[in-house]
Amino acid sequence: MDIIVVGLLLGGTYALMALGLQLQYGVARIMNLANGEMLVAGAFGAFWLYSTTRFSPFLSILFVVPLAFAVNWAIYRVLLQPLVKRAKSQGHLEVDSILATFGMAFILVGLMLALFGGRSFEYLYLAEPVEILGQRHGLNRIAAFLASAVLCIALALWLNRTRLGLSLRAVAVNPSAAGLVGINVAAASALAFALGGAVTAAGGAMISAFLTMDASLGVLFTMKALIIVILGGVSDIRGTILAAFILGLAETAVASLIDPGLTLAAAYLLFILILLVRPQGLFGRRGT
Amino acid sequence: MSAREWRNLGLAAAALGVVALLPLFDTGYWLSVGVSIAMYTVLATSWALFSGPTHYISLATAAFYGIGMYIVGVGIGVLPFAVLVLAAAVAGAVLSAIIGLATLRLSGVYFVIFTLGLAELVRQLVAWVQATLGASSGLYVLTGITEPMIYWQLLALAGLVYLVGWRIGRSRLGFALRIIGNDEVVAVHSGINTARAKVVLFVISGTVASITGAILAPRWTFIEPTLAFGAMLSFQVVIMALLGGAHRLWGPLVGVIPFTILSDVISAKFPNQTTLLLGAAFLLIVYLIPNGVVGVLETLARTRARENG
Amino acid sequence: MADPANGAAALAVSALTKNFSGLTAVSAMSFELARNEVLGLIGPNGSGKTTVINLVSGALKPSAGAIRLYGEEIGGAAPAAIARMGVARTFQIVRMLPSMSVLENVMAGGVFGHSRHWGDDLRDRARALVARVGLAVAGETPVSALTYIDQKRVELARALIADPKVLLLDEWLAGLNPTELKTGIALIEALRGEGRTILVVEHVMDAIRSLCDRCVVMSSGAMIAEGAPAEVLADAEVIRAYLGDADA
Repeated sequence: MDIIVVGLLLGGTYALMALGLQLQYGVARIMNLANGEMLVAGAFGAFWLYSTTRFSPFLSILFVVPLAFAVNWAIYRVLLQPLVKRAKSQGHLEVDSILATFGMAFILVGLMLALFGGRSFEYLYLAEPVEILGQRHGLNRIAAFLASAVLCIALALWLNRTRLGLSLRAVAVNPSAAGLVGINVAAASALAFALGGAVTAAGGAMISAFLTMDASLGVLFTMKALIIVILGGVSDIRGTILAAFILGLAETAVASLIDPGLTLAAAYLLFILILLVRPQGLFGRRGT
Repeated sequence: MSAREWRNLGLAAAALGVVALLPLFDTGYWLSVGVSIAMYTVLATSWALFSGPTHYISLATAAFYGIGMYIVGVGIGVLPFAVLVLAAAVAGAVLSAIIGLATLRLSGVYFVIFTLGLAELVRQLVAWVQATLGASSGLYVLTGITEPMIYWQLLALAGLVYLVGWRIGRSRLGFALRIIGNDEVVAVHSGINTARAKVVLFVISGTVASITGAILAPRWTFIEPTLAFGAMLSFQVVIMALLGGAHRLWGPLVGVIPFTILSDVISAKFPNQTTLLLGAAFLLIVYLIPNGVVGVLETLARTRARENG
Repeated sequence: MADPANGAAALAVSALTKNFSGLTAVSAMSFELARNEVLGLIGPNGSGKTTVINLVSGALKPSAGAIRLYGEEIGGAAPAAIARMGVARTFQIVRMLPSMSVLENVMAGGVFGHSRHWGDDLRDRARALVARVGLAVAGETPVSALTYIDQKRVELARALIADPKVLLLDEWLAGLNPTELKTGIALIEALRGEGRTILVVEHVMDAIRSLCDRCVVMSSGAMIAEGAPAEVLADAEVIRAYLGDADA
């Protein structure tokens, strides 16, 4: 029972970072291997704010999100848009964006090492335990989960109820057709990328409330986000959220029942299973 | 084979012979540089055999390398070194076959993602197995194998990789890979079993990486998972191959030599900025010289030919 | 074995259906392509013609129905297997192998498919076909330097070098100016004269009238008419499908 609650709490916070990547890959068609680093940057932002001003990490979103949005917008316009223009095919763009974001990941790690050093950091915020169903859980995990849930729902509503959100979804389904109906695909892609980065950074701020972070963890989080997005099916938000919960549950189950050092193995197992059985993901449509 | 090809083959063999003389002149710093260059040449060239024509970026090199190194680490003293190298080759082949069959039927994105975390995954698994068995996390490797012997083994492996790469380049398989890299839809409609072609080449590159790890194991007296499965290796191999030019057999060599020397200098002078500079190098290559130095040279040659002709 | 010597039709499509999560692109199509025949597959935009081609070539899997090549079932098989059995095609938007030369692009079709050659033999065949399709450029020319119609010629040569039992042309004449169109039609006419079995998807009415022995007309995924070009193009149902009710 404990596993289930902890797993769900973890999964809820994973959902946010996975949604960020989904926006970047699904709409802007950029496979952003620096996604994990952006998450860690968000975590660092929250940590820095907390240690200097005692700002709650949940309030730090107000600071982290706009900053991450601006930075990611700039990254897309300056670094990634030339690749989009240069690519002769979708496959070509994918390879180029993988290599470019890979390089970006290194640069981000290097910057964070320079700014914050190599040691890990954590802070105690809302660490008091709370009882749910007879088990004790940290209030920080619950608060992080609730905050993530609020953000996820807000994002889902925005994508489904607003015109701008509709244009992003249209570009995700068919960029050329979206262009034909008057959507500015380049602007939509930039918006999606920037928004995705902001959402991921927010996820990082949430996660920092209850996990120890250091500059080298980016790769692990990138892997998890990628696995979640693929597990869920690139085209559907519901799939991503469901997959995030599945991953959270699987990791927690493995950590509690087998060994905490095998969480990545659990994630990979899910990855292999979905690739072998249903490569388009749980909610994805088989490509033609 | 034409006269020109025999001549090239002879020149390559002669060059290999000359390079093999290095340990007779220096067994210290320059030999260790030579070992590094030989190692990266083997890894980068075999990487490019697969990733060059298909454009599937493999970040799995460190995983195979680490497995090879660990097999030697575990079995040294128990089995002869040659048997361990063979075992490493088999392990590399089996693992790469499994990964290839699982991921290469799908688009390149899934493959890259899978290989991204692979080294870390294997490291975690190895660490867990060792912890469960109660073994210490490191392995002692005490052998009579000297650095010149490692150097010569690497050179022999490099020669083998070049030979294999050259044969494949002239074969139907090589043609199939180039077609796949250009347009997989056309490849499939031309009757090519694309999955099989990709898996074969991936297995070759994975096996070579494992053998390399096994050969390098005696270089250290103590092996730890973080040493054997250092993810940096994968990234460096990719950079060097791309820097030189992954679409030509001798392209990676052009990237390996300057990069090895440069990164040696940089990690000595700016140890805290290596990650940053590595990332900058990646971006520079992707944006400015996507086809590597060799690609630049070829474009220059083409332009000059057009101006003269 | 898909053998032209047995009495079966070159291509026998029966009750072929393709659904895309809610949209029925092809609905219970049944027709036959006889040996040495040129069959035109025509219809307004969006009627499902290219989907049929994709189903035959293996790019898509049928939701229901059967496709037989000289009696051998190919529906749902992998495209590479279907190519090896003797089906070759061109694409609606021409697909070149951008980093390779003209000759290499043509050779690509003759190594792994229905007709398998290598070395000098392959090169000679490729050169012969390059000349055959009227391409007057050096074999080593990079394919990226060619005009659109020349690229189409390359694609045709690449399909022909496989010596296919059935050739699928997906709007091969699209995007050509009037002069190019005349040459293009003449080229396909010549192929027809050779006795090639061809399934042609086309919009160009002149080409359909002069090239096709028979026509199958599609509209919204279903077959609405079948017969000789002249009678099919005069059919009221067909006219309504193309132009709408006001002009029928």
